[in-house]
Amino acid sequence: MTKEVIRQEDVVIRFAGDSGDGMQITGGQFSDSTAKVGNDLATFPDYPSEIRAPAGTRAGVSGFQIHFSASDIYTPGDAPDVLVAMNPAALIVNYKDLKQGGTIIANTGSFTERDLAKAKLDSNPLEDGTLDGYRVVPVDINQRVLEILKDSELSKKAILRCKNFYTLGMMYWLYSRPLESTITWLDSKFASKPEIADANKKALQAGFNLAETLELFQGRFRVDACRDLEPGTYRNIIGNEAIAVGLATGAELAGLKPLLGSYPITPATDILQYLSAMKNFDVVTLQMEDEIAGICSAIGGSYAGRLGITTTSGPGMALKTEALGLAVITELPLVIVNVQRAGPSTGLPTKVEQSDLLQSIFGRNGEAPIPVIACATPGDAFECTVEACRIAVEFMTPVILLSDNYIANGTEPWKLPIIEDLPKINTYIAKEGEEYLPYKRDERLVRKWAAPGVKGLEHRIGGLEKDERGGVSHDPENHELMSHLREDKIMGIRETIPTPQPTGDENSKLLIISWGSPYGAIRSATEQMNLEGSNITHLHLRHLWPMPHGLQEIFEKYDRIVIPEMNLGQLRKVLTMCYPSIKFESYTKIQGKPFTAYQLKARFAEILEEM
Amino acid sequence: MSDLNVLKPKDLKSDQEVRWCPGCGDYAILNSVQKTLAGMGIPKENMVMVSGIGCSSRFPYYMDTYGFHSIHGRANAIATGVKSANPDLSVWIITGDGDGLSIGGNHMIHSLRRNVDLKIILFNNRIYGLTKGQYSPTTPIGTRTKTSPVGSVDRPFNPIQLALGAGASFVARTIDTKPKHMASVLEAAAAHKGSAFVEVLQNCVIFNDGAWDQWTSKANRDENTVELVDGQPMIYGKDKDKGISFDSCHANTVSADEASVWTLEHNSPVPAFVASQLDHMPGLPIPIGVMRANDEPVYDEDVHAQIAQEIEKNGKGTLKDIIYAGDTWVVK
Ligand code: SF4
Repeated sequence: MTKEVIRQEDVVIRFAGDSGDGMQITGGQFSDSTAKVGNDLATFPDYPSEIRAPAGTRAGVSGFQIHFSASDIYTPGDAPDVLVAMNPAALIVNYKDLKQGGTIIANTGSFTERDLAKAKLDSNPLEDGTLDGYRVVPVDINQRVLEILKDSELSKKAILRCKNFYTLGMMYWLYSRPLESTITWLDSKFASKPEIADANKKALQAGFNLAETLELFQGRFRVDACRDLEPGTYRNIIGNEAIAVGLATGAELAGLKPLLGSYPITPATDILQYLSAMKNFDVVTLQMEDEIAGICSAIGGSYAGRLGITTTSGPGMALKTEALGLAVITELPLVIVNVQRAGPSTGLPTKVEQSDLLQSIFGRNGEAPIPVIACATPGDAFECTVEACRIAVEFMTPVILLSDNYIANGTEPWKLPIIEDLPKINTYIAKEGEEYLPYKRDERLVRKWAAPGVKGLEHRIGGLEKDERGGVSHDPENHELMSHLREDKIMGIRETIPTPQPTGDENSKLLIISWGSPYGAIRSATEQMNLEGSNITHLHLRHLWPMPHGLQEIFEKYDRIVIPEMNLGQLRKVLTMCYPSIKFESYTKIQGKPFTAYQLKARFAEILEEM
Repeated sequence: MSDLNVLKPKDLKSDQEVRWCPGCGDYAILNSVQKTLAGMGIPKENMVMVSGIGCSSRFPYYMDTYGFHSIHGRANAIATGVKSANPDLSVWIITGDGDGLSIGGNHMIHSLRRNVDLKIILFNNRIYGLTKGQYSPTTPIGTRTKTSPVGSVDRPFNPIQLALGAGASFVARTIDTKPKHMASVLEAAAAHKGSAFVEVLQNCVIFNDGAWDQWTSKANRDENTVELVDGQPMIYGKDKDKGISFDSCHANTVSADEASVWTLEHNSPVPAFVASQLDHMPGLPIPIGVMRANDEPVYDEDVHAQIAQEIEKNGKGTLKDIIYAGDTWVVK
């Protein structure tokens, strides 16, 4: 039977189940197939900090949200249109986020008395009126999977594990996505276990067929290929991988080989894992004994002529602080990636926050200036990483690159750069035969790099203050001079960074400033409001230290300037310090959750009202 | 090679004035290292001295080689990065009992465990010198220092046993009053592939003068140290009349003709442990010399072997390979 195909502009789906239900894989597969169809998309996984919280409990719920669209989008979406709930816990934790009248696909096979008890429910929410106002599509996925795979050799447990692919099949039908890329993926993933690949393929196809033959849904949807994607080659990229690729790229563009010294920490560990798999790119990865050893081995690597890199998250950053000072005084290139998470201390290790900005700019003993850059989206993370490498190498300095949990695990289509168009990064390396003074500087105040192994350039560097010749110097005048030189060198980076351009109407009187991952929600909110007739300007800052030239002139044009941040107003403090004549206002959220465009629009509307 | 052979100890002296206290044991170590390294045939530009913080850690400034005077306790981690970045370098760590065993203890055990090809010289003076006299992790119980005015209650490490316990592939001890012995130990360390841990019993004239006199002074050292020499009986005493015999897990003093033969030809750290236990047996001499030298896989070599193997297997990766990876699609 043919059903009506309804065209939709954009859709948000959330897959939710037990951590053992394979929701991240389901979401990942849906994303890949959606990317292939040509939609713009953004995804965000949300999983518990325990690896295996007790099965069926609310603490054990794992979710994956995808937003896909026929036009440009900047966030994984606010409220889902569809919620797939594999058990009662997943339903109860998530249903309130759903749009009014949204659809819930519930796996009724996992709504037994026991399941309800595990989710601490006295009655079945599918029946007790909890879901009034939503459209509920009940399917006994457990039973259906057991039926279609009844001839399989697999154990009952293994058969039930195929239920996520059954669900995926239903969603593929509902949103008119092709099955091919998932079939190819299953074949290669389970190449050595063809019986598992077959069972999952059967489940996938059966789910697709069920949705088609039964009147489960009132219609079928289509989201056209995105009109706004620029021509080019794309790939769906996850933030942490974009950083790993960016690090390898930055090093290559400088003609250097990378050396990563790191220690596993959520949510930065993936970068170490990705780079560890790039050995044929001549990447050295050292999984060291602790965070301090991570950065120290990277500093040693830079001293010996590689591009030293270390990756971490907030608590690890705190441990690396002393070594950051060493990198400052020895003026060695070093890229430090901090994938921020909610703090202080261990805080909420799997939740998002951007509260390490002040730590990055100021958190060291002594006068120890370090440039700070923050990425906004998974695709932007690549560019920012290459930029961090550029500044590190061209200015012989450590650079802090801030990402966060939201970017780290989120995905979006990334337009791949044309390799030949990527600008080369200059190195300043001393050569055999020249007279080498370790702290002699060029007109940009940058010293030359001389790695061991080159005859005649033998020299000593270290944490003690030095004179130009590299000798230890306790001379008060020299210390003052060197302190100024180090500061002025970092401030000089401004000459190489562009003034960011505000988007939106030039005549607007309200400016919203973003840094880091709130970029997406802020961009969505301001664009939507401007389409609806408001007049708001959005300015995004990538370089946070030093600040680019030209900001004062921009700021002066506005009556009110608001900075939404997932902290207690850190960028506001920095801007207030740097631009004392301007008044900045904060709009903060510190719940371990990103801003939604909806919430921002409401706040911006209030502000416009007051103006 | 001809070029390298002409390296003289003075070629390794930098123009910096040596600033240790007159009479400090560090001078003897500096001379010995310069002598040994000059004779090793290593190009000067390939020598790197890495240190942490402490009196001993000023060492790199006095060597006309590449040098990195870093931060407290971290020399091993920095040196691991240096050696892993460029395995052709001869990387030496200069550290002390506070720097290497207290604040840097974690990096010490892990670099030994990994068997990074680093030559580690630990100057053990049983005191914090640079901060002017506090007890260290090798200060004996009961020692009065500025932070233990009525005697230290901290149980000390035995550095040799710590290194053995961490799985070090080369462990040795020498003393600052016997330059020839020190040179022979340093040569053996330099020749070893992998981590070489050398403890030097060093006198701090200012804050802990005479801490080792009982064993290392000219008057006492023959009676109170026993030199372990591979393949030789363990004989000691002014008249070479005493010996050490190993009886299962214990060491005892016996007459010279009954002494056990010390051998490095074993695949176990146990004999070295037994020998180091002499330190804790009053009345018996303490061992000096090479206590363990075993060929084991070398970390930095293996790191680069894996890279070479992956390049061999998959071809040298290009930017195109890593950027245009995975599922890509074209938007027209
Ligand atoms: S304080 Fe002690 S160890 Fe330090 S230089 Fe003086 S004598 Fe040597």
